Amino acid sequence: MHAPIPETYSPIFGKLSLDALPLHEPILVATFAVVALGGIAVLALLTKFRLWGYLWKEWFTSVDHKKIGIMYMILGLVMFLRGFADAVMMRLQQAMAFGGSEGYLPAHHYDQIFTAHGVIMIFFVAMPFITGFMNFIVPLQIGARDVSFPFLNNFSFWMTTSGAILCMTSLFVGEFAQTGWLAYPPLSGIAYSPNVGVDYYIWSLQIAGVGTTLSGINLVCTILKMRAPGMTLMKMPVFTWTSLCANILIVASFPVLTAVLVLLGLDRYAFTNFFTNDFGGNAMMYVNLIWIWGHPEVYILILPLFGVFSEVTSTFSGKRLFGYTSMVYATICITILSYLVWLHHFFTMGSGASVNSFFGITTMVISIPTGAKLFNWLFTMYRGRIRFELPMMWTVAFMITFVIGGMTGVLLAVPPADFVLHNSLFLIAHFHNVIIGGVLFGAFAAINFWWPKAFGFKLDTFWGKVSFWCWVPGFYLAFMPLYVLGLMGVTRRMRVFDDGSLQIWFIIAGIGAAVIALGIAAMLIQFAVSIWRREELRDDTGDPWNGRTLEWATSSPPPEYNFAFTPKIHTLDSWHEMKERGCERPTSGFKAIHMPRNTGTGVILSAIALAVGFALVWHIWWLAGAGMLGLIATAITHTFNYKRDYYIPAETVAETEAARTRQLAAATGA
Amino acid sequence: MSTRPLSAPDAAVEFYDFDEHDHPDGHSTMLGFWIYLMSDCLIFAILFATYAVLGGNFATGPGPRDLFELPLVALNTAMLLFSSITYGFAMLSMQKNWVGKTQFWLAVTGLFGACFLAIELYEFSHLIHIGATPQRSGFLSAFFTLVGTHGLHVTFGIIWLVTLMIQVSRKGLIQANKRRLMCLSLFWHFLDVIWIGVFTFVYLMGMLR
Amino acid sequence: MTFAPASNPLLPRLGLPLALPPLLGGCSSLVVLSPAGDVAQQQGNLVLMSTLLMLVIIVPVLALTVLFAWKYRAANKEARYDPDWDHSTQLELVIWAAPLLIIICLGALTWVGTHMLDPYRPLGKNAPAESAIAQAKPLEVEVVALDWKWLFIYPEEGIATVNEFAAPVGRPINFKISASSVMNSFYIPALAGQIYAMPGMETKLHAVFDETGEYTGFSSNYSGAGFSKMRFAANSLPEDEFEAWVAKAKAGGGNLDRATYLELEKPSEGDPAKTYATVDPELYNAIMNMCVEPGKMCMHDIMMVDAKGGAGEESIGQTDHLLYDKYAARGTQAGPAHTPETTEDSAPHSPAHNERPQSHSTH
Repeated sequence: MHAPIPETYSPIFGKLSLDALPLHEPILVATFAVVALGGIAVLALLTKFRLWGYLWKEWFTSVDHKKIGIMYMILGLVMFLRGFADAVMMRLQQAMAFGGSEGYLPAHHYDQIFTAHGVIMIFFVAMPFITGFMNFIVPLQIGARDVSFPFLNNFSFWMTTSGAILCMTSLFVGEFAQTGWLAYPPLSGIAYSPNVGVDYYIWSLQIAGVGTTLSGINLVCTILKMRAPGMTLMKMPVFTWTSLCANILIVASFPVLTAVLVLLGLDRYAFTNFFTNDFGGNAMMYVNLIWIWGHPEVYILILPLFGVFSEVTSTFSGKRLFGYTSMVYATICITILSYLVWLHHFFTMGSGASVNSFFGITTMVISIPTGAKLFNWLFTMYRGRIRFELPMMWTVAFMITFVIGGMTGVLLAVPPADFVLHNSLFLIAHFHNVIIGGVLFGAFAAINFWWPKAFGFKLDTFWGKVSFWCWVPGFYLAFMPLYVLGLMGVTRRMRVFDDGSLQIWFIIAGIGAAVIALGIAAMLIQFAVSIWRREELRDDTGDPWNGRTLEWATSSPPPEYNFAFTPKIHTLDSWHEMKERGCERPTSGFKAIHMPRNTGTGVILSAIALAVGFALVWHIWWLAGAGMLGLIATAITHTFNYKRDYYIPAETVAETEAARTRQLAAATGA
Repeated sequence: MSTRPLSAPDAAVEFYDFDEHDHPDGHSTMLGFWIYLMSDCLIFAILFATYAVLGGNFATGPGPRDLFELPLVALNTAMLLFSSITYGFAMLSMQKNWVGKTQFWLAVTGLFGACFLAIELYEFSHLIHIGATPQRSGFLSAFFTLVGTHGLHVTFGIIWLVTLMIQVSRKGLIQANKRRLMCLSLFWHFLDVIWIGVFTFVYLMGMLR
Repeated sequence: MTFAPASNPLLPRLGLPLALPPLLGGCSSLVVLSPAGDVAQQQGNLVLMSTLLMLVIIVPVLALTVLFAWKYRAANKEARYDPDWDHSTQLELVIWAAPLLIIICLGALTWVGTHMLDPYRPLGKNAPAESAIAQAKPLEVEVVALDWKWLFIYPEEGIATVNEFAAPVGRPINFKISASSVMNSFYIPALAGQIYAMPGMETKLHAVFDETGEYTGFSSNYSGAGFSKMRFAANSLPEDEFEAWVAKAKAGGGNLDRATYLELEKPSEGDPAKTYATVDPELYNAIMNMCVEPGKMCMHDIMMVDAKGGAGEESIGQTDHLLYDKYAARGTQAGPAHTPETTEDSAPHSPAHNERPQSHSTH
């Protein structure tokens, strides 16, 4: 059989050459200059203040679930800025390119931007955010000292980071995929995407996917095995429940993504025939398989945030959560149903009316438990004393926004309606409506809610409100026009437009994006101002919101071991009960605490994985091979280390707790 | 349920576990490993599904009946089944803390695994030699990927097994090593089950088709 | 084909009794809700009906959210505060039953609507387009998505066009849709919902224009660099004008044979509309079976051989006649695998024809 003439690549650098640097693209050169200068500045500062050792010892190699959670959040935040920059560039292009104007982005660049925007926002923003929350909160909420597999946790984080770095590398070395965020073949096949873009896509997702899967296994085990005594499944806080379901979904869906990307990779690297047009391939199979992962993924993202909203509503309404049991069963229903709906992403493939109706109706059925959840939040507010602090504001904004997004989602589940709205801007508006309205608003609620727990001081309210009042109207301004455009039959991923009458809507959407940008700026200022004024905002009680679950029972930030004595659980809102019954914090009788030891193996393995990914993208075979061997050797070496734990001496615990006692006395005395 | 389901209001309720014990080492490992195996199983499920979809797409090339040699595959299957039995013996010896016997049976298991791999590699090289490469048709792509992924798992299993033999020889049958042997045992039997699926769905049914 | 009046008891033509488009302030550019084709109209109506049905529950939820948020704010000490109230069986029943009822209604609507508006279903009996009843003979159109333009073949008229589509108003149109390279989606919002166009496969769409007018069609599934400009004029003409349009195309010259098609297939962007007076009657079938090029084996022949268990080991090395676009995009050169294109039109290929001992194996 004839393979294409093998181009002669360098044995040392593979396909990589100086041509891979996008020196001809001024936007990228400028971006690179800014990133490089910023990066050098950060490195210089770290060196000047001698922070490298501290970062390495206290953070990078840390197996403490709280620190790993915070690192996930930082990763998500950084990637969010990149993903949002992509969004702004798209909005600008679409607001400009009318009546013969080509806008300012050529197809090659624009097509990478919308692909990268989707990939980054889902895999490197939303996923790190939810994994970060779950890592930080779940062990505290269940009264555990760490997760089941602390080393794996650190490794998972660094694999996710390696994936993100590889994805970002494509900005300045080579190119990213120009295929849309799910890279449907044949377009993503080697014939139609012969360059390295899709390879970057495949390897960054594969590397990050290892991290996500392992983190899912870890958290499922943690929740099942490490709950404090007395915490039966039906006494678990709702956030822990939704995390459990989300992680079960991760474990039961990410392998599908891994497998399907392996097959796509084989088609590209080994010229197999899984998704080719000829030689018996079947591209429709890819679309099916990737959505068998893709739809559960949607619920992986939203379920933990449903948990956040439950905690926030109950806390700020000063009231027990309404309908806990039905909330739990609704979560389980959603988990199961999320596997029965994947085909609604491609009704227009021609599966036939009966198949389409089946998947349409299963999709609608999901809205029943989701609706029940919404009512549960509503009736939690009912007869409450609602304090409109920032987390609660975001929650109300979520409830209103998400209902609209849910409605348009059910609409898209009606196959004949989907035939006219599929792939249109209406669809774009819908999923931004639920992802921004649900996942992002939830993330913001969670950040404002748990920040004091993580750092010991509250976030500044003024800038938080500025951010809120920019974000929410900005969102409506940016996405409601897209609904209208969708009803005008405007399709997604367009770079230029003929019809000048559409331009006004794109300009409005662009203004909305600008208002959102102000919201993001206000949020960054909020963080900065809060850190600056941290002494004024300090919370010594460890329980700034009059919380109800166990994470508020310990100090802020919690000690490394979380709880000096493991709490015993009697009811759902265990901390609330402890407060009501005047439970005394134990001040003596401390014992040594068994803790996992930090290790740098996760960083090393992930760094090698990053090198292997880069080598595979550029066909640098010697590096890929050496890296693989390095991975195996490092992993094996790690297994020869049997000393992975240590004890915090009882005296240290006693000292820490004594300091806490003084702090509490000062706080209540003041 | 409309009010709080508490015990008697005045009962002395303890809110802290003052007499707690550390979680024993590796208390979640078996569960975690099980969950990992299930996720791995899902990868195989996708590869089986792919084979089911593409298994008849020969692109006018050869089909299972032209390519598969059942006696060879039966021999191969026997290798893997025997290796599972010998691994079972290794586990029995481990429970009795017999280091030498455990090592012996592990070595036998490894040899059977290596034979399995050798036969598989022979089969692959034969197929590739006659031109039945993964590039030839959708059927062959799916076949090589499914069987090859299984083979890759066996390869890693053997690397792991050798590592464990070294660790047992150094540290003896300590708790950590026993736990690791249990995990590998699960992994090894899991691969056996997958292979039975491969043998049935790919080879036997391929010949019948 | 016989056309009986629509007689679905549940949903007579899925039509709404009230004229909805005027409700939207006569905004004519909301083409999805006020299209010119009967099928699209009913799909648009379904959008509105589903929305109204859901608003039954959405509006109260929104209202309650605002009401509760206001009434139970901490500052309002008047409002009742009941911190331990967390369960009510009646309420739970309502909050599960209310969405369930809506979904039952919507599910029924979905089942009926999906079957009725199935793009594969010919117009007429219990189906959309009573308006088309007068017209007995549907117009056949074969559509091919190319990089990055649309090819329309009118087999009965014997003409072909690029980036221009026209149909007589009121006459049912039977589309057969395929593609040459990657997946696209064929969509004329004014006419009917979209359906994917996929290489080596055929999808179908049945539709009819109710009004004359000049509309636009395009690909609504991203397909690469030239995707944005993959648009075509879709004109709904009175019968006589349509005939004049066909006659003009016939007089305009140009022959779309296999060689011309292979030239046309090469990637290009923003091509102007073009017509061909004649077209190879077998061309569409050859495109769909990926065997336009001389010496290529057709998909249906390959599948026939495969259904018999393949052609055994003898045919292992023969793959040149199977190669379509595995190594290089359609219309681009890809090393030695690409057979030089000849201009002569070759006969349809049978397996026997192709199983000649040809290329040597590289293995």
